[in-house]
Amino acid sequence: MRVIAAAFAIAISFIVLLGFFLPIPLLMGLRAVLTDWAVVIGAIAVLVGIFNLVAVQMEKIRMRQKGSSYGAILVLSLLGTFGYGIVFGVEDSFMQFVVDAVIVPVEAALMAILAITLVYASIRLLRFRKELTTVLFLLVAVLFLIGIMPKPFDNSMIDQLIIEFAGVFSRGGARGLLLGIALGTLLTGLRVLFGVDRPYGSN
Amino acid sequence: MTITDLVGIVVLFIAGFLLLAFTVWRRRTPATLRRIDAYERLNREVGLAVENGTRLHISLGRGNLFTARGGSALAGLAMLRRIAERTSVSDRPPIVSSGDASLTILSQDTSQSGYRAAGAEEQFRVTAGRLTGLSPFAYAAGMLPIARDDNVSAHVLIGDLGAESALIVEAADRQNASLIAASDNLAAQAVFYAAAQNPLIGEELFAAGAYTGAGSSHEASLNVQDVLRWAVVIVILVGAGLTILGFGF
Repeated sequence: MRVIAAAFAIAISFIVLLGFFLPIPLLMGLRAVLTDWAVVIGAIAVLVGIFNLVAVQMEKIRMRQKGSSYGAILVLSLLGTFGYGIVFGVEDSFMQFVVDAVIVPVEAALMAILAITLVYASIRLLRFRKELTTVLFLLVAVLFLIGIMPKPFDNSMIDQLIIEFAGVFSRGGARGLLLGIALGTLLTGLRVLFGVDRPYGSN
Repeated sequence: MTITDLVGIVVLFIAGFLLLAFTVWRRRTPATLRRIDAYERLNREVGLAVENGTRLHISLGRGNLFTARGGSALAGLAMLRRIAERTSVSDRPPIVSSGDASLTILSQDTSQSGYRAAGAEEQFRVTAGRLTGLSPFAYAAGMLPIARDDNVSAHVLIGDLGAESALIVEAADRQNASLIAASDNLAAQAVFYAAAQNPLIGEELFAAGAYTGAGSSHEASLNVQDVLRWAVVIVILVGAGLTILGFGF
C-alpha cells in the first residue's frame, strides 16, 4: 500500500511539473484537473484540521488540564459561529459583527503586544549576543527608524540618504538570503519529487 | 515555451541530476558538516527532553503546500520524522503545531512514521499534531498555551513563520525554554535574530534533515545547493560585467 501511495504521488508530481513547463495540451489539461482536485482536498483538510482543534480542546477539558475553561469557550464559540454561518451565510450582519467586534480587536491587541515584544527583544539583544553583526543589525534598524519616523521639521534629504544608504546593504543581504532559500526550496521539492522524502507517511 | 521556462527546465534537470549523483557519492562517503550551534543544541535538547521527561514543541509554521512557502514546511517535516523516531521512547512525546490544515495532517502522518520506524507506534497520539490557528495571530496565540502548560523544555520553530513568531519567542523565554528557530520569511528571520538564542540564517533552515541524521540525500542536497550557489554567483558577476561593458539585458 505504501509503495502504491509513493508511486502515485511521484507520478502525479511529475505530471503537474511537466504540465507547468511543456505546452502539451494533454499535460496542461491533466495538470489543471489534478490541481483542482488538490484544492478540493485542501479545503476538506481545513475541516479535518478544525476537527483536530476541537479534539485537542475536548481532550484538555476531559482531562481537566490547566486552561481547559478557555478550551470550552473556544469549542462553544466555534460550534456557535460555524452553525450560524452555515445557516445564515458569512455575509450575515451578525457574522460581520463577530469579525468586527471580536476578531479584529483581538488581533490588533496582539499586534500591539508584538510591537512591545520586539522593542524589548532589541533592547536585550546585546545581552546574549555580543558580536559585531549584532551592533550592525541594531544600527541599521535604528537608522531606518530615524529615516521613516515623522518629524516636526523638514529632513527629507537626510532621511532619503539614510534609507538609500542602509537600503543598499539590507536589500543586498535580503536578496542573498532569498536566493539561498530558493535553492533550498528547489532541492527540498526535488527530494519529494524523487520519493526520497515522503511526508505522506510512507517512509 | 518561453526562455524562462527553458532555463527553468535546464536548472531543474541539472539540480536533479546532481542530487542523484551526490546521493550515490554520499552513501559511500558521508559528509563532514560544518558546526552550526543551533543544530548542536537541537540534538542535545532532544536527548535531554527524553532523559528529563519534558517535551519538545516543534512548530512547522503556516506554509501552504500549494505555494512556494511549502518548501520550508517540507524541510521541517523531514526533521520532524527524525525527531519523532528519536523521542518515541519518551513518556512525553513532542507536540507539533502548525497553522495550515494540510500541514497538520502531514505532521501527524510524519510523526506516526517516526514512531512506526522506532517500533513504538502504539505510543503515537494523533492529538500531538495540532492546528493552532489559521490566521497568523491565531496561530501564534494558539501556541502560547503549549509554551505555558505542556512542560516544554525546547521549542523548535522551523517553517514559514512571520513577525508574529516574536510572541512565541517571548513565551519560550519566560518559561526558560530553549529555542531553535528558522524561517523562510525575512521578517521572521529578523525577529529570530533579535530575540532567539539560536537563530538559523537563510538556507540553514534546509540543512535540518542533514544535521539530524536524515540520510545521505539530505547531505547531498547541501552539496548541490553549494554548487548551484556558486553557479548563481558566477551568473551574477558575468551579468554585472556584461552590463558594465554595455551588453545590458
